[in-house]
Amino acid sequence: MSTPVIELTGVTKVYQMGETEVYALRGVDLSVSAGEMIAVMGSSGSGKSTLMNILGCLDVPTAGSYMLDGIRVNGMTRNERADLRNRKLGFVFQGFNLLPRTTAVANVELPLLYDRTGRFTSTRALAVEALTRVGLGARLEHQPSELSGGQQQRVAIARALVTQPTLLLADEPTGNLDSKTSIEVMALFQELNEQGITVIVVTHEPDIAQYAHRVVDVRDGRILRDHAVAAPRRAADDVRTIDTDADGLRATALQEVV
Amino acid sequence: MKINTLLTMATSSILKNKMRTMLTMLGIVIGVGAVIVMVAVGHGAQSQIEAQIKNLGTNLIVITPGSSAAGGASQGAQTFNRLTIADADKITAESTLLSAVSPVIVTRTQVITGSGNWRTEINGVSTDYLTIRDWNVTSGALFTNDDVVANRKVAVLGSTIVKNLFPDSDPVGSQIQLGNVPFTVVGVLAPKGQTSSGVDQDDIVLVPYTTAQDRLSGFTFLGQILASAQSPTDMTAAQDEIRSIMRESHGLPNGAPDDFTVRDQTAIAQAATSTTSVMTGLLAAIASISLVVGGIGIMNIMLVSVTERTREIGIRMAIGARGSDVLTQFLVESVVMSLLGGLIGLAVGFGGAALLGHLMGWSTSTPLIAVAAAVGFSAAVGMFFGFYPARKAAALDPIQALRYE
Ligand SMILES: Nc1ncnc2c1ncn2[C@@H]1O[C@H](COP(=O)(O)OP(=O)(O)OP(=O)(O)O)[C@@H](O)[C@H]1O
Ligand SMILES: [Mg+2]
Repeated sequence: MSTPVIELTGVTKVYQMGETEVYALRGVDLSVSAGEMIAVMGSSGSGKSTLMNILGCLDVPTAGSYMLDGIRVNGMTRNERADLRNRKLGFVFQGFNLLPRTTAVANVELPLLYDRTGRFTSTRALAVEALTRVGLGARLEHQPSELSGGQQQRVAIARALVTQPTLLLADEPTGNLDSKTSIEVMALFQELNEQGITVIVVTHEPDIAQYAHRVVDVRDGRILRDHAVAAPRRAADDVRTIDTDADGLRATALQEVV
Repeated sequence: MKINTLLTMATSSILKNKMRTMLTMLGIVIGVGAVIVMVAVGHGAQSQIEAQIKNLGTNLIVITPGSSAAGGASQGAQTFNRLTIADADKITAESTLLSAVSPVIVTRTQVITGSGNWRTEINGVSTDYLTIRDWNVTSGALFTNDDVVANRKVAVLGSTIVKNLFPDSDPVGSQIQLGNVPFTVVGVLAPKGQTSSGVDQDDIVLVPYTTAQDRLSGFTFLGQILASAQSPTDMTAAQDEIRSIMRESHGLPNGAPDDFTVRDQTAIAQAATSTTSVMTGLLAAIASISLVVGGIGIMNIMLVSVTERTREIGIRMAIGARGSDVLTQFLVESVVMSLLGGLIGLAVGFGGAALLGHLMGWSTSTPLIAVAAAVGFSAAVGMFFGFYPARKAAALDPIQALRYE
């Protein structure tokens, strides 16, 4: 078997709040193989975001070890972690986190500008390609304020995948979206996952979690349950059903008016 | 990150807040503008004075009769006028540090031609006079040593006289009368303009001093002796030398006061130059305080900007920006802003100086070094005052920055 993308062993995170110590994670072991699609679930304050921050190399564990794609993250400097994020990771946030008053294409191009490996030659062309991939080829010059929430999240996803990361981390990506748009976003994640990117999505909506292949339940900083989903739903199919239903409804409404 | 990427990024974020950027740059604009105007006015005055010094003559030393130490209305000069041709000859013969010496006999009389007349000053001088005064003839030539030795009645006319008496012909070769003595015109002087006190230096006729003594003034005494030191560094030594030659010539015993005065007009003028240069420096220093105030304005806005854009910084860090990338970005922004302000200030300063020169009739000039210094200084201000906010931005924790509301 190939090396896992993620290998967490005994990861603990303690926040020092004055006198008291807040345990956000208490010994998490997690192994994720390439090509998996995982949903992390749990109630508020259970430590999901803390876990994602550590997986995303934005934060370092108090104890325990973290191997990302065979690279030891513990003991890395700030700069090394920044480079690692740029090279291996893509982030999608609940609040979209696009640069305001900056066009979609400029937002997507941004991670390419921080590349230090010299992998990318025509950064704008790559950004256009990524936006086209998420279905926004016609919105290149739009600013975030000129886009719907779903479209903004698509821009954010395009920004996350433009560097061809090994791992896509999404912390409640559908938290600010209505249910139909949420399913569309999940369809996009599934599509990217089928193309080979490992995806981890934090959510507390069971509806969303059913699109993952594996669900990890977190509680009080521990992994309570880690189980495979027997038959994951296909988000693309659900989107189609909703569309047909809506068409059906519209048709009935029209008939009633007539 | 590539420098042009950085510059595009900086300009685009500066342009997102046009009004604020303009107001922030205003401090630098005013600072640089003020410095340029001050330097232009000061430097203009200085070069005007320098031109006047040069106009006086090359390393000019003036020997006048009477003691300056005697006080009051220089009674020595009135009691006995004791500057003679012999003194001038002795200085010429014995000095080692002078390149030219000329006695000057001053008298006033009427210049009469066939068509008109003109009252003017006649100076009886030697052939060295033009060298000392750094002066040229535009037509004909100065009289020769032979003319001086032979007391010939030859004259060189100043341009004001030519303008009034020979408006459309070359006077060289024509006959004129000075008082009732006939003279032949041998040359015309180049226009020299006014002295700093407004005297028209071109309203003059030069004749050999021998002829002047003989035919015009009847005095045997000289109004003054002019001399030229060989080099500016010899000025003091040359004056000391003249003083000792003069004392010997006048047979003054030790301890007796001088009955003549040796002056160095350039020294007076140079004092004026150094005063203006001190003034220029002082004014520029005051003006550059506003540049510092402008810099503080930039720092203030950059700090606000860092706080406002905390989330942006978090995003950039999350997608792989290093602390140094963020630092450079904010530093480039503040330098671009202050440099742009500096360039606009430069234009404003040049405009202001030109306007002031036009309205007040001052001559203004800006040395290139001041332009370079203004540009360099404004970039340095942006760098210096942008550094603290930029470092603050670079030190942010990405998670906290992302959570920032
Ligand atoms: N910077 C911090 N300082 C102190 N305590 C923190 C910090 N960040 C998180 N915590 C604590 O760690 C625990 C886990 O927080 P975390 O944000 O991981 O929860 P979560 O599962 O993401 O919750 P939610 O679903 O509401 O987003 C909480 O008790 C929280 O108060
Ligand atoms: Mg959370």
